[in-house]
Amino acid sequence: MSQLGLARLQFGVTTVYHFFFVPITIGLAVLLAILESMYVATGNEDYKILTKFWGKLFLINFAVGVVTGILQEFQFGLDWANYSRFVGDIFGAPLAIEALAAFFLESTFIGIWQFGWEQVSKRVHLLAIWMVALGTTLSGFWILTANSFMQEPVGYMLVNGKAEMKSFGDLLVNPQLWVEFPHTIVAAYLTAAVFMLAISAYQILHHRNPELFKKSFKLASVAVLVTGIAVALIGDQQATHLVTAQPMKMAAAEAIWQNTPNHAPWTVIGVVDSKTHKIQDAVQIPDLLSILAYKHLSGSLQGMNTLQAKDVQQYGQGNYVPPVAPTFYAFRVMILMGVLMILAGLWATIRLRGEKFLDNRRLLKVMIWTLPMPYIANASGWIMTEVGRQPWVVYGLLSTARGVSPAGTVPAFDIWTSLVLFSAIYTALAVAAVFLFKKYTDLGATPAKAPVESGEDGYLHVVS
Amino acid sequence: MNLNVLWFVLIGVLFVGYFFLEGFDYGVGMIYQFLGHSDTERRVALNAIGPTWGANEVWLITAGGAIFAAFPEWYATLFSGFYLALVLMLLGLIARGVALEYRSRHDNPGWRRMWDWALTIGSFIPALLWGVAVANLVRGVPINSQMNFTGNLLTLLNPYALWSGLAMVVVFLAHGAYFLSMKTRGMISYRAKQVVKPLGYGAVAMVLVLLLWTATLKDLRLAAVPALVGLAALILIAAAVVAMTKNRIRWAFFLHGAGIALLTVSFFAAMFPRVMISSLNPQWSLTIYNAASNSYTLQVMTIVALTMVPIVLAYQVWTYWIFRRRVGTKSFMEY
Repeated sequence: MSQLGLARLQFGVTTVYHFFFVPITIGLAVLLAILESMYVATGNEDYKILTKFWGKLFLINFAVGVVTGILQEFQFGLDWANYSRFVGDIFGAPLAIEALAAFFLESTFIGIWQFGWEQVSKRVHLLAIWMVALGTTLSGFWILTANSFMQEPVGYMLVNGKAEMKSFGDLLVNPQLWVEFPHTIVAAYLTAAVFMLAISAYQILHHRNPELFKKSFKLASVAVLVTGIAVALIGDQQATHLVTAQPMKMAAAEAIWQNTPNHAPWTVIGVVDSKTHKIQDAVQIPDLLSILAYKHLSGSLQGMNTLQAKDVQQYGQGNYVPPVAPTFYAFRVMILMGVLMILAGLWATIRLRGEKFLDNRRLLKVMIWTLPMPYIANASGWIMTEVGRQPWVVYGLLSTARGVSPAGTVPAFDIWTSLVLFSAIYTALAVAAVFLFKKYTDLGATPAKAPVESGEDGYLHVVS
Repeated sequence: MNLNVLWFVLIGVLFVGYFFLEGFDYGVGMIYQFLGHSDTERRVALNAIGPTWGANEVWLITAGGAIFAAFPEWYATLFSGFYLALVLMLLGLIARGVALEYRSRHDNPGWRRMWDWALTIGSFIPALLWGVAVANLVRGVPINSQMNFTGNLLTLLNPYALWSGLAMVVVFLAHGAYFLSMKTRGMISYRAKQVVKPLGYGAVAMVLVLLLWTATLKDLRLAAVPALVGLAALILIAAAVVAMTKNRIRWAFFLHGAGIALLTVSFFAAMFPRVMISSLNPQWSLTIYNAASNSYTLQVMTIVALTMVPIVLAYQVWTYWIFRRRVGTKSFMEY
């Protein structure tokens, strides 16, 4: 594999892996904050026990999210030095702000939250988890501000072959950001809600504290339904925006080479044949693509052949068509997962009345099987977004091939080495994390730890 | 002071914070399993850094982000150039972070031994490699006219840099031992006090040699400032040992920490106004001017930093206040 290919593989692998942990961190922080708020508001100990149970799983997840995030902060410099030089003037700013405004917030307050149950007042403790939730969501905002610039560069000027910042405000009102950020953040909330729903169902099914876990089941099922629908609606807005902002990505996601007729059908599924520029065995819904793209029964979309010819005129000779099959399939996998999650949320929510879900074994089993869905959806969404942007790393400004570190400084061997090492340690971490998830899930929710009081010497003692 | 200088200073401050705070975390990580003879004793040490190590580490992340935002050419040259060293450091940091959180979550002895070593090695590697990196930054590395590093990992592992790495390890070990003497009770504190003086003396000797070695480097404009600051750092590190012999533990910890801070300042002062020194041609060095973002970006970032840094400092200090008590075997232990 070429040095460029290795660099791309490394970025893809480490980033997708990182993003297995991030959405739970973002979403579960909010759900924990809600549970603890209910504890503080009602004084009902059940909510405290629940907060501690979900808190354990949160911390197991959080640890891997944080450490894999350290690599993210530095890997633009590692493998993408030329990218960093080209765009650092703009791209570095949101990254630095993310660290300063978000990472400090979440990591300081998670310390207070984790260690402070007996050290600070109830209200301060509650404040801590809300600060963590704020920090993780803010962190999402700033990193997506950076990513949005790669999708849709705004607020820059080209000086001596480099992009320099012209308007920070433009970065913040980037139209791409305001579809991408809500979509991603709400998807993170959905991920955590599904996580909570699946594990609550598992506990109820195994008769572990069903009286307790029905509370988190209820919270989660409503959350899945609401956030699932919201993700879809925002995603629809995002697709509409894509038609004008990155028409090539849209065409690839739909596998349309020729311009569509005025009433464009939407291909539900089919076999993409990149050689003949056709979709075999396509199942299509008439007019739906026009509706998705323009919110109108008619409207033609440009095909990749037309767009390629335009791009050659604008940017010079080259191939501007992204890998079509991964973009097309990833898009559909994401949508399928989203639909399934909404249906699961709907079913669970309907069965909340009279607590019918408690005895419905089939429903509970189905809910357990929703667990992998948000992970698959998140990964697919990012694959579509990032693969569909190729051959650009910054859309229309810098090709991915020009962004990689010079081979003289970072030879392919070095990337191989690091790829092998990171893959090994990431695999080990995944095994450890899954082991602990399972262990703490099976332990169930135990009553709060033995109370602690101050001893005569002024130190805290566990009362046993 | 123009904004380029301000950002150089600000990044220096971030590294001071990082080395001061994570310095004792790394020290504790390297030493705790040797000071703690029972599992409970080891956990005392880990819980002493438990509530705060995560935020301490963000000083490094922020320093990385600040370099990217203010001096993108520095970010690109440094991290692509020091590639394998950085990869090793990241592996260490990854192993260490997860080890802290996972170690005590399962009581199988094999599990705990595994994470103990992950934590110890994962603390040793960044301590060593930061020493190596800083020395190479001061000494200069092969950088061509295109701002690209042309050496390899072995270029970085020269005797001077390795000495600096080992010095950093010993300085952090001592820092961790001072911290445990101050923050824990019982056997851990007792044993930390036993080892802290030899470690403190070791730190003095290592830093003394490092400073003398640095003074012999040609091309270094050993102006008065870095030399004097380095000397002051040495004196503070020595004073910490003296304070320890008088059983002024808190004084000892902060004196040693101040020594680390001044050592960092001295290295930054030695580089100034360069950020990456080219050993091939002085003209090819990266400076705070040719490596910087444009003045608009620097202005925006200055406003952000001057607003956020005081807030961050305030709540971080508050956390240390909340967890000011010493940790003993009967304390509430999360780790």
